[in-house]
Amino acid sequence: MAEITSVVDAATEEATVPWIHRVGDRVRYYLPTMLIAVGVLVVWELVVRIFSIQQFLLPRPSAILENFLEEVRLFTTGQGSILFQATGATLWEAVGGFFIGCGAGVLVALGTARWTIISEAMMPFAIAANSVPIIAFAPIMNNWFGLTNPASKMAIVAIMVFFPTMINTVRGLTMIETRQLELMQSYAARPTKILRALRIPNALPYIFSAFRVASALSVIGAVVAEFFGGPRATLGVFITQEAAGFDFARAWTGIIMASIIGISFYMLVLVLERWLMPWHVSFRKKG
Amino acid sequence: MQSQSASPTNVIVAQGINKIFNPGADEEIFALKDINLEVKSGEFVSLIGPSGCGKSTLLRLIAELITPTSGDLKVNGKDPHAARIDQDYGMVFQAATLYDWRTVSKNVQLPLEIMGYSTQERKARAQEMLEMVELGRFGNHYPWQLSGGMQQRVSIARALAFSPSLLLMDEPFGALDEFTRERMNLELLRIWDTTKITVVFVTHSIAEAVFLSTRVVVMSPRPGRITREIAIDLPYPRNFETRELPRYFALLTEVRELLREAHEI
Repeated sequence: MAEITSVVDAATEEATVPWIHRVGDRVRYYLPTMLIAVGVLVVWELVVRIFSIQQFLLPRPSAILENFLEEVRLFTTGQGSILFQATGATLWEAVGGFFIGCGAGVLVALGTARWTIISEAMMPFAIAANSVPIIAFAPIMNNWFGLTNPASKMAIVAIMVFFPTMINTVRGLTMIETRQLELMQSYAARPTKILRALRIPNALPYIFSAFRVASALSVIGAVVAEFFGGPRATLGVFITQEAAGFDFARAWTGIIMASIIGISFYMLVLVLERWLMPWHVSFRKKG
Repeated sequence: MQSQSASPTNVIVAQGINKIFNPGADEEIFALKDINLEVKSGEFVSLIGPSGCGKSTLLRLIAELITPTSGDLKVNGKDPHAARIDQDYGMVFQAATLYDWRTVSKNVQLPLEIMGYSTQERKARAQEMLEMVELGRFGNHYPWQLSGGMQQRVSIARALAFSPSLLLMDEPFGALDEFTRERMNLELLRIWDTTKITVVFVTHSIAEAVFLSTRVVVMSPRPGRITREIAIDLPYPRNFETRELPRYFALLTEVRELLREAHEI
């Protein structure tokens, strides 16, 4: 019964390790990454100072930070920060587009997966559409929904994330091990039960891998769509206008904000994935 | 759901079964030819033969996962389709085929869910089954936390959870090491003895077939057919001492020779 005890040991071991050791392990794990980040910033600062690079070519990290802190001060003291306002507007477009596009992608996949012929007939189109640079439609969406209407940006984001989500969901619903299906057949399970108890759980990892890509894609889509025009208080417009006015340190604060919301959105999806699929291979504890 | 036929003790009756894969095509395969087989209630019948002899195909015909090209097959006196819809059999595959996203207990409950048992009944029944395969403490574990042998025991518990009258096993211990396999054999015999279930067991291990069965059906390939049947008259209860009996060795030799003959036909 050695196999049994080893499994139990592994399960209880985790609980008995003092938390301070676990924190220590974490720090040790992330330390090299943090050092690299700090190192890059220091080198950047030094290069700009030593070679006296013009601020419109590459602003110093410290100058960007100053500008950023000024916006934070304006925001926290309630005087109104255009940067924070722009971040909120862009996030709204990205999240709205994400939900519309991903929601439609999953629903269409669920709707067609029962009729294999339809979903198989649709796949080539979906894959072709997936390689189209959808951002090129941005001016058209601006015409359709209005330049300042967030719906024009949401539409672009929704179309961008729709195809990868749909393709992945169809794959997850249909790529099922023969034995697992035969097991259901042996119990004479109904198609709806097979969908709920086998196809959907099987598709979850595929769906979440699409969501992760879509979360990053949606912020990119929203910002780039704003480059084609939009309200003043959006990140894309903020960045283009500050750059046009040669205030590059401020333009960089917009870039940083776009990165922050992109990464946060991605992390949020990751957390949700872990929470919904604790059983998945990628989250299993080693040992 | 007992049989309504004239001979209620016959769980499986196969008459003149043929199975041809891809009929008419270039890659046509005569998987089974003129199969006649009867399995009586409470029997433990092993199908043994080299790969390609159609032993798994025959099992899958009984399970109605595939349908015969011609011939007459009855399971519990019914058409195999009706038997499958009535959930007359439990199936164990070579791989444990557990669902990763379900705990061990939830995996055992799967057939009970499909068959509409109440939550309470499901839980109690799953626990009972897990205790029978000596995994009572592992209900809340996930399959990947268990060894291969333990996973296969869970899949046996799942197959028996709804008390089917027939257990179909397709090389269930083929992927396990020799030591685990022998322990699993003992466990299976104990379960068979307590549940009085009818078992059809596909294997390519002579020792396993002789040790477990009341009857061994020897098959040969190209086309897949039954060449001989041999009754196993080893005493019960069978245990590690059984494997040392002269009769056990004699039967091993007999089956081995039948297999060799079958191969030469």
